[in-house]
Amino acid sequence: MTEKVEPPTRKISSFSLAMILITVVLSVIALFLGLTIYESQDPTALSYMLIGFIGLAISAYLLFQTKRKPSRVAFEMPQVITTILCQKCGFKNIRDFQRGDYIFKETELCPECNEKTMITSIYREVKEKEK
Amino acid sequence: MLMIPQVSQLLPTQDIVGWILQIVFLGFFVIFMFYGQRFQMYIMLRDIESHLRRLKFIKDEGRKLAINTIKEIGKPQEDPSERVDQFLEYIAVIPQNMDPSGIVWKMEHLLDVRDVRFKDEVKFMAPEADEVQLNNLENTLEVAMVLNILYKVIRHFYILGKKTLSLYIIMQIQMIMPLIMREAEAFASALKAFATGQPIGDGAGALVAAKLMHGHKIRKIAKDIVAATVPLEGRIAHVLKSEGPGGNVGKPGDAIRQIIKETKGKIATIVMIDAALKLEGEKPGDVAGGVGAAIGGPGVEQYKIEESVLKYKIPVNAVIIKEDVGDAHSPMRKEVFDAADTAIQRIKRLILERTKKGDTVIIAGIGNTIGIGQ
Repeated sequence: MTEKVEPPTRKISSFSLAMILITVVLSVIALFLGLTIYESQDPTALSYMLIGFIGLAISAYLLFQTKRKPSRVAFEMPQVITTILCQKCGFKNIRDFQRGDYIFKETELCPECNEKTMITSIYREVKEKEK
Repeated sequence: MLMIPQVSQLLPTQDIVGWILQIVFLGFFVIFMFYGQRFQMYIMLRDIESHLRRLKFIKDEGRKLAINTIKEIGKPQEDPSERVDQFLEYIAVIPQNMDPSGIVWKMEHLLDVRDVRFKDEVKFMAPEADEVQLNNLENTLEVAMVLNILYKVIRHFYILGKKTLSLYIIMQIQMIMPLIMREAEAFASALKAFATGQPIGDGAGALVAAKLMHGHKIRKIAKDIVAATVPLEGRIAHVLKSEGPGGNVGKPGDAIRQIIKETKGKIATIVMIDAALKLEGEKPGDVAGGVGAAIGGPGVEQYKIEESVLKYKIPVNAVIIKEDVGDAHSPMRKEVFDAADTAIQRIKRLILERTKKGDTVIIAGIGNTIGIGQ
């Protein structure tokens, strides 16, 4: 029952996407030109190749920035568990927390021995993230 | 061309494109030389802005949750939104401390007035709520208020930094932002816990006392504090905690003073149990012992306890259950819950070692008792 409320996700504007695409296309053209001229020993080839690489690097960076995950979940509601125990027969009932539960509250009758049961614990379990 | 020779060699100069690249490179060099810090500042401002957006989201969710809970539990005749908004802007002016003598009592009076005022406000907002729900609602609203203040303070420094373009304002706020966000997220999880009445990490001390006093005759001893006389390891233990299961911290200082007065100072030792912030690297739920009044808050209750024990030279021992700031305000985690039994063993050992058979001791479980009965 882990509830999650997420902040609005970041959207990529069509303008930014178009700019990135144009940069990629121009960079590829520059690289292609550079490689073609390189065979004819023309010094301009190096400039074209440099422009191509820089263009590709910039578009990759921009794409990475816009595709970056939206800010981390800001409002995570953990699962809280209530344990109900029968003091007489030891019958145990573990369920999700419900409003009105509290530790040492006497609750419903035990299905095994018909005695009153009591909430003995309320806690949340935390699974440590693997490093 | 005037340029760092090694770098310029990377850029060809035999053609027009090469020359353009050389000029662009030089342009970048000059721009970054003069405006580098400004760029850095804009990057920092962007970082603060993204955190601020998240903070606003948390704050708005908190407000929404508080309003919904009031509507659900309190069944008010009219929409409580306006009243909640006014509550979130509530201020308390701290007493003047130019002459610090007597400030504790001024502070206590101010806190009492604030408490009464808050309770009355909540009663107006949620007329159908019972006493326990009122306490929980009050706590929910207080958390929403903290989130509101946090957001407004950060926004203030963000705008101030933007207006003045002062690197030092921007840098300071950007550097503490991760800690502020941690705190804000901890308060965000506290909201849900308070709204539904779940025990929180701060209630570790109250849980220990509740386990010790459960099944014994309970009496009210001070404002929002209950006590029970419990036989423990051949000693008489006056166990006290705040009255649950509503969100309460009570006045343990008054309760300890009252018990000392009733027993005419014949108390062998006092053991105080509270949740304490752990250092990074320590495990949550670790139990540690020591001396001194283990109690947080504005200091009024600690002062009262220290004053009371000084009169009769009563030793005060502390047992603390470690947890981080997030755990203290969130629903109680299993490690902290389990640590209550370890703390009880520690208390028993302490009493056996530090007192004699037949002695009278005080065991005070400190903390917010939300979701913990007795």
